[in-house]
Amino acid sequence: MNRFVYADNAATTAVSEPVFQAMLPYLKEHYGNPSSIYSIGREARKAIEIARQKVASAIGAQPTEIYFTGSGTESDNWALKGVMESARAKGKTHLITTAFEHHAVLHSAQKLEKQGFTVTYLPVSPEGYVSPEQVRAAITEQTALVSVMYANNEIGTVQPIPEIGAVCREAGVLFHTDAVQAVGNLEIDTAAQKIDLLSLSGHKIHAPKGVGVLYCRNGVRIPNLIDGGAQERNRRGGTENLASIVGLGAAIELAAQDIPARTEKIRRLRERLIDGILTAVPKTRLNGGREQRLAGNVNISFEAVEGEALLLRLDMMGICASSGSACTSGSLDPSHVLLAIGLPHEIAHGSLRLSLSESTTDAEIDYILECIPQVIHTLRAMSPVWQG
Amino acid sequence: MLYSEKVMDHFANPRNVGELENPDGVGEVGNAKCGDIMKMFLKIEDGKIADVRFKTFGCGAAIATSSMATELIKGQTIEEALKLTNKAVVEALDGLPPAKLHCSVLAEQAIKTALADYYRRNGVDPTPLVGEISGECDGHCCH
Repeated sequence: MNRFVYADNAATTAVSEPVFQAMLPYLKEHYGNPSSIYSIGREARKAIEIARQKVASAIGAQPTEIYFTGSGTESDNWALKGVMESARAKGKTHLITTAFEHHAVLHSAQKLEKQGFTVTYLPVSPEGYVSPEQVRAAITEQTALVSVMYANNEIGTVQPIPEIGAVCREAGVLFHTDAVQAVGNLEIDTAAQKIDLLSLSGHKIHAPKGVGVLYCRNGVRIPNLIDGGAQERNRRGGTENLASIVGLGAAIELAAQDIPARTEKIRRLRERLIDGILTAVPKTRLNGGREQRLAGNVNISFEAVEGEALLLRLDMMGICASSGSACTSGSLDPSHVLLAIGLPHEIAHGSLRLSLSESTTDAEIDYILECIPQVIHTLRAMSPVWQG
Repeated sequence: MLYSEKVMDHFANPRNVGELENPDGVGEVGNAKCGDIMKMFLKIEDGKIADVRFKTFGCGAAIATSSMATELIKGQTIEEALKLTNKAVVEALDGLPPAKLHCSVLAEQAIKTALADYYRRNGVDPTPLVGEISGECDGHCCH
């Protein structure tokens, strides 16, 4: 019987036991509509506001700046399209973002271009970073918004967010960051880091899927997202996803605690994994800088191997991971992130992302390190491009 | 995306992997940029495919279609092997996800390219017998 090792925590995480326990009452006895005035409605309303308070505390914001949404993707869409729509009324039509954002941001930016806005896609360095100087140089009189991700979802590189925030505030330009991968890994303080809008998602931090947050600083105006209800202060109508919002509140409270100690433990495992793979397997490279990097992210390219075949072989051994190959992205090209840091197509096809969590163990790292060289050997032995 | 049990079987236990010494025909199609390369090696005796091996760089479907295609032509006459269609490979594998159909096209092309090479080595113009082979991916896998 094979083992089961989950190493795809950047894709999604398991709902943790405390989060599950916090949610249960709101699926069973306190199932009231938060807009109803009787007891179980009031209980539900109270729970949502407590969750809002917890999210606000975790990111240095006010509860009135927190809007619950259905996903990080929804939050990104709302932030970009909402800010740009409001800005157009003031004659500002320029958006700055980066070439390696999540598709939630990139595809929103492309949609805005079709609607007549101009978008600058900042290139990223071979190590996977953008600089505050690049942002400053791209800002024009027309610029309304800068959107730079806090940490990249594929290669884990952490961007200089406080410095970019300072550049934007000084220039009088709004600053949005997609912090979906950063929450729980890095100390986020929207006030100190001068962040005007921020997207986050529940299921990356052990809350359930289907709930996210948009933080929108008080004073920043964006149009309502969904009409038809007074929920989320008229901004996003629709009966709240009560239990999931409660779960997100419980999860973010835990995720914001002891970040340095928790990430240090994960980082040690990550370093062992990276060194182990690079030592055991020739013609292999780490994608993304090693220093300013999410504690649990490993992204490695193996020459002469295709990513989907690699994932299927690892799955046969009980290891869950992901890849930037075209075959697994559901699109025709390999990962835009790997192409953005300058990898040739053929190397990008052979990439593997392993993302660890606080529940990852040394024994699991040992097992991954045992399996990967075998799998790569098998695939390279049948590869016509391998010159071993 | 779900692969059939047959695809997973041929991916996990590919038949006829490797190379042949002194092959009578070799064909390589696809390119690394697209993420798929198939190379076929043929041994031909008395007008029949006496032996066949393949090497493939590519996804699960690329490996499974290569494996199945070699199984289908082994022991066949050249004329029969030339009639192998990508559709027959897909059917033998109990289907492929739509995004992976191009892999079966590559498998068909790899065999035809190897047979064309065999004809050429024997001083025969392969074009009237084998037809035009692009030898490249069909545009479904990359730009």
